[in-house]
Amino acid sequence: MKKNLTTVMFRGTKAQEEQLIAVIEKYRGTKGALMPVLQEAQEIYGYLPIEVQKIIATRMGISLEEVYGVSTFYSQFVLNPKGEVAIAVCLGTACYVKGSGDLLDKITQVLGLPAGSTTPDGKYSLEATRCIGACGLAPVLTVNNEVYGKLGVGDIEGILAKYK
Amino acid sequence: MIRTHVLICGGTGCTSSNSLKIQEAMNAELIARGLENEVKVVLTGCFGLCALGPVMIVYPEGTFYSCVKPEDVPEIVEEHFLKGRPVERLVYHEAKDEDIHHATSLSETAFYKKQKRVALRNCGVIDPENIDEYIAMDGYQALGKVLTEMTPNDVIQTILDSGLRGRGGGGFPTGLKWKFASNNRGQVKKYVACNADEGDPGAFMDRSILEGDPHAVIEAMAIAAYAIGADEGFIYVRAEYPIAVHRLEVAIKQAREYGLLGKNIFGTDFNFDIDLRFGAGAFVCGEETALMTSIEGNRGEPRPRPPFPAVKGLFGQPTVLNNVETYANIPQIILKGVDWFTSMGTEKSKGTKVFALGGKITNTGLVEVPMGTTLREVVEEIGGGIPNGKKFKAAQTGGPSGGCIPADLIDTPIDYDNLIAIGSMMGSGGLIVMDEDTCMVDLARFFLDFTVDESCGKCTPCRVGTKRLLEILDKIIAGNGEMEDLDRLEELSNYIKSASLCGLGQTAPNPVLSTLRYFRDEYIAHIVDKKCPAGVCKSLLQYKIDPDKCKGCTLCARKCPVNAISGTVKQPHVIDTSKCIKCGACMDSCKFKAIYKE
Repeated sequence: MKKNLTTVMFRGTKAQEEQLIAVIEKYRGTKGALMPVLQEAQEIYGYLPIEVQKIIATRMGISLEEVYGVSTFYSQFVLNPKGEVAIAVCLGTACYVKGSGDLLDKITQVLGLPAGSTTPDGKYSLEATRCIGACGLAPVLTVNNEVYGKLGVGDIEGILAKYK
Repeated sequence: MIRTHVLICGGTGCTSSNSLKIQEAMNAELIARGLENEVKVVLTGCFGLCALGPVMIVYPEGTFYSCVKPEDVPEIVEEHFLKGRPVERLVYHEAKDEDIHHATSLSETAFYKKQKRVALRNCGVIDPENIDEYIAMDGYQALGKVLTEMTPNDVIQTILDSGLRGRGGGGFPTGLKWKFASNNRGQVKKYVACNADEGDPGAFMDRSILEGDPHAVIEAMAIAAYAIGADEGFIYVRAEYPIAVHRLEVAIKQAREYGLLGKNIFGTDFNFDIDLRFGAGAFVCGEETALMTSIEGNRGEPRPRPPFPAVKGLFGQPTVLNNVETYANIPQIILKGVDWFTSMGTEKSKGTKVFALGGKITNTGLVEVPMGTTLREVVEEIGGGIPNGKKFKAAQTGGPSGGCIPADLIDTPIDYDNLIAIGSMMGSGGLIVMDEDTCMVDLARFFLDFTVDESCGKCTPCRVGTKRLLEILDKIIAGNGEMEDLDRLEELSNYIKSASLCGLGQTAPNPVLSTLRYFRDEYIAHIVDKKCPAGVCKSLLQYKIDPDKCKGCTLCARKCPVNAISGTVKQPHVIDTSKCIKCGACMDSCKFKAIYKE
């Protein structure tokens, strides 16, 4: 799937790097270790910047291309850091037929932020997600994992105002 | 002494609407009232009626509360648990039949009456994080029976005779899959795998089973392992399903502690253990060869078959891969027998099917019905019909691989073969209902957009072909379509279907073909009249103000982000269509419904 590269500067710490190295060591010898390593790396850093992928490639003794190939293949791996206010609009079918596409357009319009990106100051991020399984509440969006359901375009500004 | 049980739904739908806070509040309130030894709170899996969440049931009375808020908890404890009077205003009443009292059992309501819960039998009934509750519901009895009374070939024969077909979408006979993988038992390393990478947007049945009854899947995988001679299993589950992942982890740990996973299970020489692998959100990984490639740690790209996984699967070894719902049926088939299972369903589709009912329908949620139930029964009776007095237009099954079923086929009995015959497919069981406000061209575009994004890129027909389909649809939606485009869509679709490597590409054009088949007039309206009959496609519609209804309140003019609306106070306003960006803010704000699209 197509992914936007980040415009936010990498701010990884020494402690995070040590954690990452420990994870890589833990999986040494496990069959099919790259996916779990990337998943845990994302837990450590919140996303997978190219700097982190380079560490993984070097330490695991595989090429950066291979790591990058896997990290860009799966939608769960994000190359952009999430914003302090991470907004995700569900574009599963149930939400879509109930108008979640309009919710996404409205947020893009209000924040001036296209789906799949983060503002350069790292404040907001917006993503269009796959079905989150809360179809009974369609259409839904989440802000920092808080779920808002049964929404209309008119609700958007009120929700965003809470996170200013 | 526990006198009352409160079952609170802890499925994803209800936890999204705060059921965990209700559980917390309930526990706190019970302690404050000194009732913690009399009333027991249990967090269960999905009840199915997600539209009314958060939901809870109080036993022994069976009072069903819906749309409960944390603030309601003290009242429920005070009135119901102390004084014995259910809180009437929160008790679920069926919209159509006000006089059905809470005392009638839940199974008599229209939503549950026609359902037959096999795969979902424990969802909303037991605490999924407590193995004892599963065992109390005959859990692991089937495994015990298989290991001590049946030979591996008996097990395979039973599953073959039951006619069980894969619930993940393909509908391949499960017993046959097991039979193919059973060669050279004991001589080669084999694997059992579970596909819990539910990727179809709008489907959540596998998640609900894992959240509500994880042990059923674990037990069934052990049975499959015994049947084919495997000793290691993998569950490939979406990492985006945190509750399901957690409950699986708990369940595997408990099963190991009870000796139901591990070495010498039930005192026999059968060994089996399960590991979790986390999917990372790639739709193509629902395809079996892609899923296995992903477990091996690579990009989840499919490979040509044969060899089939039963011959050469995970890490190159024979592997049986079934979907969550398929597994959830297995212990029941072993315990209750082939005759019981085949008594449900149609000639070639036995048993039941779980559907995730969503879209424009009153009772969104999870339903399980015998195969052969008609779409009308599901939509009108169980689903409670279409809200807001709108008309049923079509139902979409099979997600991005499926098609739509128009209103005049609403009496079609749902089974694998009927759905294929009318150009759709069972798929994993997403069933999205659409009303007259849904544009079928836009819907086809929505699914194509999804498949273009999810195409892994390995084979050209799918990678390039779906992109070209999407471009043609975009052109039609933008108002630039020509009649020849319809032929191009059909021709290209057929090429993609016949030439793609895996199921994703082979089925990707289905939404286009099926909407073309049943809603061709809508395509023509977009192309010839430059109109979107459902009022969805923005390039083809204009917002207008009805001067007879407009009171001149100026609200819309103030809401308009581009100042396209003008007019004086108390006079009808007008929209300058050259400035209008069609965001719809005016229409949402108008209190007099004076703004319309055409």
